Amino acid sequence: MKALSQKRRHPLAAIALLLLGLLVTGGLYAVATTVNQAKASTTSFSSSDVEEGGKLFAANCATCHGMGASGSKDAPSLVGVGAAAVDFQVGTGRMPMQMNGPQAYQKPAQFNDEQTHQLAAYVASLGAGPAIPEESLLDEKGDAAAGGELFRTNCAMCHNAAAAGGALTRGKFAPALAGVSGKHIYEAMVSGPQNMPVFSDANVSPEGKRDIITFLKQIETNGSPGGADLGALGPVSEGLFVWIAGLGVIIAFTIWLTSRTS
Amino acid sequence: MSAASTAEAPAFVAKTKTGRITDFVDQRVGGSGILREFGRKVFPDHWSFMFGEVALYSFVILLLSGTFLTFFFDPSMAETHYDGSYLPLKNVEMSVAYSSSLNISFDVRGGLFMRQVHHWAALLFVASIGVHMLRVFFTGAFRKPREMNWVVGGVLLILAMAAGFTGYSLPDDLLSGNGLRIIDGVIKAIPVVGTYISFFLFGGEFPGTAIIGRLYMLHILLVPALILLMIVLHLFMVVVHKHTQYPGPGRNDGNVVGYPLGPVYAAKAGGFFFIVFGVLALMAGFFTINPIWNYGPYDPSPVSAGTQPDWYIGFVDGALRLMPGVIGDFHFEYIIFGHVLTLNVLLPALVPAGIIFTVLFMYPWIERWITKDDREHHVLDRPRNAPTRTAIGVAGFTWYCVMWAAAGSDLIATHFHVSLNDVTYWLRTLFFIGPVIAFTVTKRVALALQRKDREIALHGRETGRIVRLPHGEFIEVHAPLDEYKHYKLVGFESPVPLPAVPNDHGIVTRKEKRRAWLSRWFFEDRVAPATPAELEAAHGHHAQPAVEAREESKSLSH
Amino acid sequence: MGNHSDGSPNHSGTVATAGQNEVEKFQDPGIPPHRLRLADTDPKAAKRAERQVALLFGASVVGTLIFLVAYFAIDLGDDSSIATIRLQNALLGVGTAFAMLGIGTGIVHWAKALMPDHEVSEERHAVRIEEDRVAAVRIVDDIVEETGIKRRPLIRNTLLGAVALAPLPALAVFGDLGPRPDNTLSHTMWAPQEGKLKRLTRDPDGTPIKASDVTLGSAFHVIPEGLNELHEGKLNEKAKAVVLLMRLDPSSLNPSKGREDWSYNGIVAYSKICTHVGCPVALYEQQTHHLLCPCHQSTFDLTNECKVIFGPASRPLPQLPIAVDDEGYLVATSDFKEPVGPSYWERDEHERSINS
Repeated sequence: MKALSQKRRHPLAAIALLLLGLLVTGGLYAVATTVNQAKASTTSFSSSDVEEGGKLFAANCATCHGMGASGSKDAPSLVGVGAAAVDFQVGTGRMPMQMNGPQAYQKPAQFNDEQTHQLAAYVASLGAGPAIPEESLLDEKGDAAAGGELFRTNCAMCHNAAAAGGALTRGKFAPALAGVSGKHIYEAMVSGPQNMPVFSDANVSPEGKRDIITFLKQIETNGSPGGADLGALGPVSEGLFVWIAGLGVIIAFTIWLTSRTS
Repeated sequence: MSAASTAEAPAFVAKTKTGRITDFVDQRVGGSGILREFGRKVFPDHWSFMFGEVALYSFVILLLSGTFLTFFFDPSMAETHYDGSYLPLKNVEMSVAYSSSLNISFDVRGGLFMRQVHHWAALLFVASIGVHMLRVFFTGAFRKPREMNWVVGGVLLILAMAAGFTGYSLPDDLLSGNGLRIIDGVIKAIPVVGTYISFFLFGGEFPGTAIIGRLYMLHILLVPALILLMIVLHLFMVVVHKHTQYPGPGRNDGNVVGYPLGPVYAAKAGGFFFIVFGVLALMAGFFTINPIWNYGPYDPSPVSAGTQPDWYIGFVDGALRLMPGVIGDFHFEYIIFGHVLTLNVLLPALVPAGIIFTVLFMYPWIERWITKDDREHHVLDRPRNAPTRTAIGVAGFTWYCVMWAAAGSDLIATHFHVSLNDVTYWLRTLFFIGPVIAFTVTKRVALALQRKDREIALHGRETGRIVRLPHGEFIEVHAPLDEYKHYKLVGFESPVPLPAVPNDHGIVTRKEKRRAWLSRWFFEDRVAPATPAELEAAHGHHAQPAVEAREESKSLSH
Repeated sequence: MGNHSDGSPNHSGTVATAGQNEVEKFQDPGIPPHRLRLADTDPKAAKRAERQVALLFGASVVGTLIFLVAYFAIDLGDDSSIATIRLQNALLGVGTAFAMLGIGTGIVHWAKALMPDHEVSEERHAVRIEEDRVAAVRIVDDIVEETGIKRRPLIRNTLLGAVALAPLPALAVFGDLGPRPDNTLSHTMWAPQEGKLKRLTRDPDGTPIKASDVTLGSAFHVIPEGLNELHEGKLNEKAKAVVLLMRLDPSSLNPSKGREDWSYNGIVAYSKICTHVGCPVALYEQQTHHLLCPCHQSTFDLTNECKVIFGPASRPLPQLPIAVDDEGYLVATSDFKEPVGPSYWERDEHERSINS
């Protein structure tokens, strides 16, 4: 141990460390891309899509993401993020971003389906990455119970057990998932938008993702058997409800009860 | 009561069958005497006097719905695979306790309704106890002879929280399991014996297989029995003391003005039980509470965003959230002689709750010591007429609310689009300065309201009518109050600071000096009630318009 | 404290001097005269109130019927949908609410509108009468005297001693509530068994994880190999062993001395059990590399060995040393080097014995 700490001060140590770092990063990217390559070519894009997408990109996105999507100090490089990331970010209106902030907000989409498709084609052409999922994975006919277990283990801590959303640090948050399409849920899982971790197919299998989507859609359409769900936010909304509505109604009754009749 | 008189056959023979049965019972239990004593007992009537009843009725509803639930609930932590009708949990591995809770919700007719009635009633139970205690505090109803009943009420609040928490944990779902995990963490932080208490409570390592059964026994037997005992004590003392009343004409410390128990008060109080039940039934029918099916079975790995306890434990959870674990380089987890002192858990878990309950239990004696007031008080204070006490109460409640809000800091952050960290920083600040601001503002508001009362008592109420006098002056006509309303504004006590008094040896002790200082702090700012002489003087000043207005009001009232 | 009515700074009226209360006070005018209600004077109004009360009681009957119909007509079979349960629940609520509110409001309306509403005044009596006190004292004195407890200190002292000791068995009898903690809290399932290193497997299905599966930015929820096969105490072991696995750019990790080989290619594993009070710290922000506990918002910095950067936790999350086995699967090279989860009194002792 002592020997190591002495060598750390050697003038060549910094260079060695730098080399090591580069080597590991490179190796890592190699590993990452080989994993992603397997599922990169599910949707096909025509060359005209790529061309049109490139024009749209240069006009709308390059200010921040740089020409050729190589990134800038304001925005990350999009090389290798894949079509799924573009379809999610642009399709849910998060990109183009309204303003700089802790997190991009969902808003009405700025591009139509065709333009989104073209942008996705362009970005996918820059480097292999997760693709837009196939329809068969979005049919909501998986195993809801298995999906529920996966959801509770991997998702509920941020998105809440009933997918009602939750807070993250410093103004960031995990959004509620009601009303989000199965496709966008899937794309978010494979691309890890913003601070969400990536759930690659090696982590949660495509079938598992299908189960999760089935679960989410099932609890969304089912609704709560007990009546209004009060936002599914747990004991806080229940406590507020009993203090404001419950006690409020009771107090109204007590005032009527003790008032004099005319 | 001579031996001869009891041996003789009673003179009275009832005519109807009901009469004969009643007579039979009466001769054996002496019901006539009880009825004679209580049948026409007088109860004052005011909406704010009803919260104790809300609590009592919630408790009755809890017993009724809870009994139903025990017929279907199985507190076993044995492993099973769910086989009920809720599809998103089909075949999921879970405990028998959770599975039976799901069955109550989905496969027992009316089971979900009963669960929701039970849980809403539990939340209402604790909430109404809280509001009842606030009412008692702010009106000074805890003063002699009711100090001990105030303490019994405080014990009831703690027992209600214990009943709630033990019940919250029973379904063995993810939310309550994480709640237990937090309790386990807090227990382990207790110096010396914490680890042992944790192992003894859980029957070994967390979570073990014993805790649900143990909590179940506490929840359905021990805690309700203690609550029942305390309720009996509480009501017994209410009967002994008779109810307090608000100040007003005809009301004084020697009487009680209101409606007789039979029939009016009994009808209102009895009817109110059904009203409380009806309101709870509406809530249970239309609003989900504790959707255990969303949370899934307890498993130490997952957790849901927004994991919070029920509202009444919230202030402790909030205090845990507000406490920083590290300030600069100082770690609140402290190693002392090779042992770990977990101050970052111990301080927030014990200190605020400890302060709140100690002050709450001691307050009647504290005020009694400061005021040296040993008289019985049956007429309440209007909160404005005891500005310092009201301010203390609001300050304490504010402090509680800051911690309470902190328990929902993540939801405040997401719903108001602010940073979670900023919410915490703000609440940490408010934790210290919130009570101070609340005290100052409340005291000023109370004094201002007193001044307004005084003004109205002396000059009448503003009519909004502007009159021009012959010499050109404009005045607003003030209408005097009738004598009953007027008395309500002037008929109160306004204590003055009691200076330090030497004791028998002629020495002013340090304790006495402290008491005198507190007495000054308590009563130095005061607005005295208007006196007849002042009213006379005021009328002299506004002689003409006052007379006019009196005529005016007469002509209006006919 | 100026007198607002005339604006003059005259204090004399508002700040009363001591004793003023006794000097002059308004006289209590007594209970206000009784005001008759409409129903007291107008027989029509009384009749109307009577009908309203009956109507409310009738509503209660309807409510009870609604409840019974909802209970018997809607059957919860195995295939009952959530909507059916919701409907039944709502109808049971409506039925009960009508049944109860009908009776309650009916009785109250009856009491308010038709029963006499004269306020009456009753005298209070002293809670304790001096005469009673004297008698009670005499009785107690007599009782004490008859027992002779003052004259026979031997009896008194032995009784006190016996009564003081008697509850001890009642405490001791709870000794079997749980086992002694010993050092169970200081080790987890990750300790290699018979020289075989435990693989990191996915929660909940227990499949092993290859290092190549863990892409940059991903987070795996991990349990030790063999956990799912446990029958006894599975949750107890899981409660200590759950781990969060993440991959970062290796250059962003700053391992301290002795921990350089605890990660593999930027893959790190940390205990998921919060060092505060034990909630699962499972919220991973892949760009800021912060871990957040959803229960009390403790935030840990992954690039700094999970140092606490916000919230009530005081100690970093314990790191699980990992490596890759021959087949490329991630394994734990040893157990945690410190007890996981919330702190406890003996924790430091345990940590020292692990590392010695």
